[in-house]
Amino acid sequence: MTVESLYPRLEPLLAQVQKPIQYVGGELNAQTKPWDAVRVHWALMYPDAYEVGLPNQGLMILYEVLNERPDALAERTYAVWPDLAGLMRANDVGQFTLENHRPVRAFDFLGVSFATELGYTNLLDALDLAGVPLHAVDRDETHPVVVAGGHAAFNPEPVADFVDCAVLGDGEQVVGDMTDVHSAWTAEGRPGGRTELLARLARVEGVYVPQFYVPSYAADGTIAAFTRTRDDVPVTIAKRTVMDLDEWPYPKQPLVPLAESVHERMSVEIFRGCTRGCRFCQAGMITRPVRERTITGIGSMVDAGLKATGYEEVGLLSLSSADHSEIGQLAKELADRYEGTNTGLSLPSTRVDAFNVTLANELSRNGRRSGLTFAPEGGSERIRRVINKTVSKEDLVRTVTTAYANGWRQVKLYFMCGLPTETDEDVLEIAELAVEVIRAGREASGSKDIRCTVSIGGFVPKPHTPFQWASQASAETIDHRLRVLRDAINADRRIGRSIGLRYHDGKPGVIEGLLSRGDRRVGRVIERVWRDGGHFDGWSEHFSYDRWVNAATEELAPFGVDLDWYTTRERGEHEVLPWDHLESGLDKEWLWDDWQEALNEDEVADCRWTPCYDCGVCPTMGTEIQIGPTGRSLIPLTPVGAGPRPQVRADVDVDVEASVPDPVHTH
Amino acid sequence: MARQPSGPPPPPTVQKLRLRYTKRGPLRFASHRDLARALERALRRAQVPMAFSAGFSPHPKISYMGAAPTGAASEAEYVEIGLSARCDPEAVRAAVDASLPPGIDVLECVEAAEGTGGLAERLDATRWRIDLAGVDPAELADAVSTLLAAETVTVSKRTKNGPRDIDARAAVVSAAASGEAGRAILHVVVRQVTPTVRPDDVLAALAAVADLHPPLPPRAVREAQGRLDDTGEVADPLGPDREAGSRCQGEPQPV
Repeated sequence: MTVESLYPRLEPLLAQVQKPIQYVGGELNAQTKPWDAVRVHWALMYPDAYEVGLPNQGLMILYEVLNERPDALAERTYAVWPDLAGLMRANDVGQFTLENHRPVRAFDFLGVSFATELGYTNLLDALDLAGVPLHAVDRDETHPVVVAGGHAAFNPEPVADFVDCAVLGDGEQVVGDMTDVHSAWTAEGRPGGRTELLARLARVEGVYVPQFYVPSYAADGTIAAFTRTRDDVPVTIAKRTVMDLDEWPYPKQPLVPLAESVHERMSVEIFRGCTRGCRFCQAGMITRPVRERTITGIGSMVDAGLKATGYEEVGLLSLSSADHSEIGQLAKELADRYEGTNTGLSLPSTRVDAFNVTLANELSRNGRRSGLTFAPEGGSERIRRVINKTVSKEDLVRTVTTAYANGWRQVKLYFMCGLPTETDEDVLEIAELAVEVIRAGREASGSKDIRCTVSIGGFVPKPHTPFQWASQASAETIDHRLRVLRDAINADRRIGRSIGLRYHDGKPGVIEGLLSRGDRRVGRVIERVWRDGGHFDGWSEHFSYDRWVNAATEELAPFGVDLDWYTTRERGEHEVLPWDHLESGLDKEWLWDDWQEALNEDEVADCRWTPCYDCGVCPTMGTEIQIGPTGRSLIPLTPVGAGPRPQVRADVDVDVEASVPDPVHTH
Repeated sequence: MARQPSGPPPPPTVQKLRLRYTKRGPLRFASHRDLARALERALRRAQVPMAFSAGFSPHPKISYMGAAPTGAASEAEYVEIGLSARCDPEAVRAAVDASLPPGIDVLECVEAAEGTGGLAERLDATRWRIDLAGVDPAELADAVSTLLAAETVTVSKRTKNGPRDIDARAAVVSAAASGEAGRAILHVVVRQVTPTVRPDDVLAALAAVADLHPPLPPRAVREAQGRLDDTGEVADPLGPDREAGSRCQGEPQPV
C-alpha cells in the first residue's frame, strides 16, 4: 500500500495561516523512510503546539529508537492550531505527519505523549482531524492503534475510552516490543482482527489496554472494583524501567526546528529518576530508581549533540541535576572543554543549596549568565517539612545571597500554593523570605540592581504520590492566598519593586486536578468540552473554565458525583483509586504511611545516602539504584567553534603549506 | 560601574564573506527570523570561525539584508558574515550549505572587496516571478498594461502600526505577463522602498486597477536582487566583489 502525501492539498492552505513553517517539516535531523520498506508505521504525537512539542525529549528518543529499526518507521505530528484546523476541515485534509505529510489515519500506531493532562482535548482534536473514531471500541483493523504515554499515562482512566493502550514507564524498549507484536500479527494475516492485536499488546509488559478492564461503582460513587473482561491479560500492569542509560544515548541527533521553539537549546538527560522523596512530585515517585548516565556517557552525548545541531546552549536535564554523583567534576570538565567557544551550559531549577551556586558559577564560565533558579516550593519551614523538601530559612537566604554576591543579578524562586495543611501564614512567609533575600542581597552585592522573581503555581495532587489522597485547594483558596501574598510583597515599595511575582489564577489547576485523579467517567466531560469547542487547554487564551465546569456539572450528574468530588474531596485509606491496578512499584501502604508522616511534618531522607526506606520500587520491579562516581573523567577535545574544522577541510581545495594547521585558512 | 566580562576581548573580524542563498520548496514558509536562526546554527555546525561581538551575550557578526517575506520563495537572499580567521570562500560555501536543511542552499560565497561599498546599498531592486494558477496570461497581460498606464495605485498594506496606504505603482520598474492557458506568470521588477512593496501589494494593485483576482494562492519567487542597471535590469550584487577579487589574481597576497 502506498500512502499519498497530503502536501499538495495542504500547501495552498498554509499561505493563509499563522507561522506556516511549523507545518512543513524539513527540520535538521528529521528522518524519512520509504513507506513500503517497513512493516510497522508509527506516528508520534505531542499534543500541543509545535513550538512546545518539538523540543520534547521523550518523543525525540522514541523517534530515533524506532527509526533505527529496519522494520519500522516513525514520523511526527503535533497539535494543529485552530486557524489551520478549520481550513483542513473545510478542505477535507486530514491530520498529517511532518516528515512526508502522510495521513495519520494510514499509520499502524499513533503514539501520544502526555506530559500534562491539559493535552487531552487536543488528542480528540487530532483523532477527529485524522478521521479516526474518537472511541476505541468504534475503531476497526484499518485504524491506527492509539497509544498514550508520558507521565499522565500513569492514570489514563480519563482518556480510557479514547485510547487503545496506555504505556507505563520508560518507552525505549516497550515500543520495540509493541512493534514486534504488530509485525508478527500482520505476518500471520491479522488473526482475530483488532481485538486479538490488542489482547497480544496487553500481554506486553507495561502495556495497559483499558477496554479489557471494566470499573464498577459503589453507591457512594467510589470505584467498587476493576474487572478483567478476559483472563489472558494481566491483573495488574507494571511500568517499564530502562536500566543502564549509557546504553541508550538518545537523542543522538536532536531535531533542530526552523521555527522558534520554547527551548532554544539541546538537552542531555544526565540521570533518570529521583529519590529525594518530595511528596508532591509525581515525576520523582514514578521514575524510581535513580539511574545515572556516567560522566563519560554525558560527555560524548554533549559533544555529538552539539556537532549534530549547532546549538549554543546545552541543558543538563534531570529531576534534580545537582544530585548527580559526578556533577562537580562534570561541570568543571565540560566548562574546560568548551572554554572560548561561546557554548553555554545550564542546569534546570535546582534545590536550594550553596553548592549549586558554585556549580552555576562553573557552568556559566564560558557563556551567558542568565538568572539562577531555585525551587524551595514551600514558603515556610513547616510546610517544607510537610512536602519533604527541607531547607531552613537561614540556609535559603544565605544561598540566594551567595548567588548575588557572586555576580548573579536575577534569582528566580519557585513555590507552590495550596499544599496540604497549608494556611495563609505559610504563604505569607514567601513574602518575608523574598524581602529578606533582597535586603541581604543588596548588602552582599553592594548594588540595588538585583531582582528576585517569585514564581508560584497552584498545587495539584497527583496519582502515585503520598498526596494522592489529599484534598485539593479550591480555586478561591488559591486566589485568596495569591492576593494576600501580592499585598504583602507590595507593602514596602522600596523592597517590593525588586521583587517580581508571577502566578496564574487557581482555575486551570482545578481542571488539571479533575483530569489527574479522575476516573473513566471523566472521559465524558473531556468529550463534552471538546465538542463544545475546547482545545489547547494549556493556553490561557483558549482555556475556558466555565466550559469545563458546565460540562462537568452536566456529564457527571448522572453518576452522582461532581467536580468537587474529584478535586477538593479527601480520599480514605481504603478507597479503590482509579490507578490502583497500574503499578509504579510504589507500595500503597508505604505511600499511605508517607502521607501520614507528611501530616505529622516528619521528614524522610534520600535512599541514595541513607538506608532503604522500603518504598517498594526496586524489589517489585527488579531494579536497583545506579549511581557513580565512576572515577572516570572527560579528556579535553576539540569542541565546536574552535580549532580544526573537519567539515570545511573536507571540501577545501587550496594550496596549503605544511605548517598551516588548518587548511581552510588561506594566506 | 557596569560589570565587565572577564577574559580577553573577542578576536577581531579579519575577513568578510558575502553569501547568496535560497529559500526553496516548503521552506518558503520560513520567516526571516527562522532563517537567521538556521543560518547561525549552520555556521556553528560547519565550524566557521565566526567573529563575535563583545559583552556578556556575544553574538556572531552576521548582517542580514532585504529578506523575502514569509511564504515567498527566493533564489537570491544575501547575508554578510565576519570571520575571526581567514577562510577559503568556496570551502565555507560548501560547508555551510551542507549544514543547512535542504531548500536553504548556499549558491555563492565571495570575499567582500575593500573599497567597493556595502552590500546593502547594492540591493535596491528585486525581480519577482509570480505564478498565478487559474489565471489566463491574456487577462494578466491586460491587467499589467492597465497597471503600468496608471500614475499611482494606492493599496492598503498591513503594518505593525495598523493598515497604511501606499503607492504600489511607484515602486514597479517593469512588469510583463507570460505563461500558458490557465496558468499565468507575472514578471515584475520592484524597487526596494520603505515601506516595502511586496508581491502581495503588486497583486493588490492589479486587483484594484483591473479587478484581477487569482482563484488560488499566488506563488512568488524572488529570482534576483540587486542594483538596477541602466537598462532597468537587476545587476548581480556580488559583481563588484568578484571583479575586485579577479583583479587581484596572480598578485602576491599578504600572509
